[in-house]
Amino acid sequence: MAYFLQQLINGLTLGAIYGLIAIGYTMVYGIIGMINFAHGEIYMIGAFVGLIGLLALGAVGIASVPLMLVLVILGAMTIAGLYGWTIERLIYRPLRSAPRLAPLISALGLSIALQQYVQLTQGGRVKTLAPMMQGGFVLMRGGDGFAVSLNFLQIFVFLLTIVLMTGLTLLIQRTALGRAQRAVAADPTMAALCGVDVDRTISVTFVIGAALAAVAGVMVVLYYGVIDFRLGFLAGLKAFTAAVLGGVGSLPGAVLGGLVLGLVESFWSGYADAAYKDVAAYAILVLVLVVRPSGLLGRPEIEKV
Amino acid sequence: MALPAVGAAMLEIENVSAAYGPVRALDGVNLNVGMGEIVTLIGANGAGKTTLLMTICGRPSAKAGRIKLKGQDITALPTHRIAALGVAHAPEGRHIFARMSVRENLQLGATLAAPANFARNLDRVLTLFPRLAERIDQRGGTLSGGEQQMVAIGRALMAEPDLLLLDEPSLGLAPLVVRQIFAAIGQINRERGTSILLVEQNAHHALALAHRGYVLVAGEIALEGKAADLAVNPQVRDAYLGG
Ligand SMILES: Nc1ncnc2c1ncn2[C@@H]1O[C@H](COP(=O)(O)OP(=O)(O)OP(=O)(O)O)[C@@H](O)[C@H]1O
Ligand SMILES: [Mg+2]
Repeated sequence: MAYFLQQLINGLTLGAIYGLIAIGYTMVYGIIGMINFAHGEIYMIGAFVGLIGLLALGAVGIASVPLMLVLVILGAMTIAGLYGWTIERLIYRPLRSAPRLAPLISALGLSIALQQYVQLTQGGRVKTLAPMMQGGFVLMRGGDGFAVSLNFLQIFVFLLTIVLMTGLTLLIQRTALGRAQRAVAADPTMAALCGVDVDRTISVTFVIGAALAAVAGVMVVLYYGVIDFRLGFLAGLKAFTAAVLGGVGSLPGAVLGGLVLGLVESFWSGYADAAYKDVAAYAILVLVLVVRPSGLLGRPEIEKV
Repeated sequence: MALPAVGAAMLEIENVSAAYGPVRALDGVNLNVGMGEIVTLIGANGAGKTTLLMTICGRPSAKAGRIKLKGQDITALPTHRIAALGVAHAPEGRHIFARMSVRENLQLGATLAAPANFARNLDRVLTLFPRLAERIDQRGGTLSGGEQQMVAIGRALMAEPDLLLLDEPSLGLAPLVVRQIFAAIGQINRERGTSILLVEQNAHHALALAHRGYVLVAGEIALEGKAADLAVNPQVRDAYLGG
């Protein structure tokens, strides 16, 4: 029981991070019907900005952990948002009316280019960060002396994910911007006839997705303390899987998909062979898609944004 | 009927051609809508009526010729900028946002209007179409065809347009609802002085309501004149008024 609880906590933490990345895939898909395969690299860049930011703030003598976190997260969101905006503006927008394969191939190329760019500027070796937020609670002790812990970092990841998801949901459901995003997703021509600036709305969607991925990147730096330039590839693939699992185009689906994936990986590693955790994750994906081709929360006609 | 300055140009379309790729849909079209005027455009299926209204909105933008709104050239502007200058469109097929409520559809129509006027404009639309007031929180996709048409027109009105484009507002509606819609169009024009360009299959109703009309045949203007004259024109009677 204690061991089970620990895997649950670990799985939810990982799942929250996947979910935050998955939102970027699902929002962009919802609004322009394209999978942005370079999104994983934006997350990786967010992680690097986070790491560099934390080291730099430490170097100039800022010791308050909450202040560091706020500054670094805002900084990473801003810089990743700029990358997201630039990518859409320079690469995807000119290709928007091109055959579907063109932006897809460009995304893959861009993904490689961004990886190489980070490798060249930051070096190829693994970067590490000394643990910053230590301590936590021991929730219970199993009979065999196994202690279930919930550390501060995990609480931070949960809380921040909940805050961001609530904020995003309110933005999409209640604000003029969110209404414009839903309108563009459903019927861009009609949205434009209503006076919505479709290009700007799409840009904003990329920026939001990139900013959330950057938060996930900072979380990963804090949580695992090791990153390298390849970080975005597998995480991007996992988050994309989470988006598909939840129903690509559905925001709650992205989060649910992320949590399911995180839990499967965590429990599989805990109770079976960790080496096969990805096999288990993808087996679940296949199973879900066979039963529900549009994903857990997806609609047959695809729920957009 | 006291119309504000009929004659001054709201919309001037000069020699406009448009095409979908290689398919030519409009060929050297000239058409004007005066301030406060209702102009109807009639023509057979595939004549290019929908294309002309969409070309005014920049989708597709004109291949040749010029379109001016209140004297300003809008030919090359993007759609949302044209909307910002005072053009609102209730397009063919209504294009209601099916997953949004009636209220949200109307809010989208008000994207460019002053937020301070929202409550007043909403009130006007709901007074014009009381049926929408009862269904304000219903999803657009679950409305009846007539209700959807009311939302499409109401959504366009929420923008406080100077020029209202209406593409077959009577399509598929029962005679009683058609009368309601046409009455509403007349009311919008009388009360707000809104200029209206109305595309209709229902030439009978349209010519009764409009001040002037144009007949579009295969992408070209074949006839134009006062609505009352067109209504008794033998060619028009044969082709569009069922003899
Ligand atoms: N998106 C498009 N791509 C290619 N051709 C098109 C497109 N839309 C319209 N057309 C063609 O352009 C011509 C004019 O079409 P349009 O829809 O403007 O006619 P219409 O007068 O509105 O007809 P209806 O009364 O049936 O609505 C038609 O020949 C049509 O096939
Ligand atoms: Mg038409």
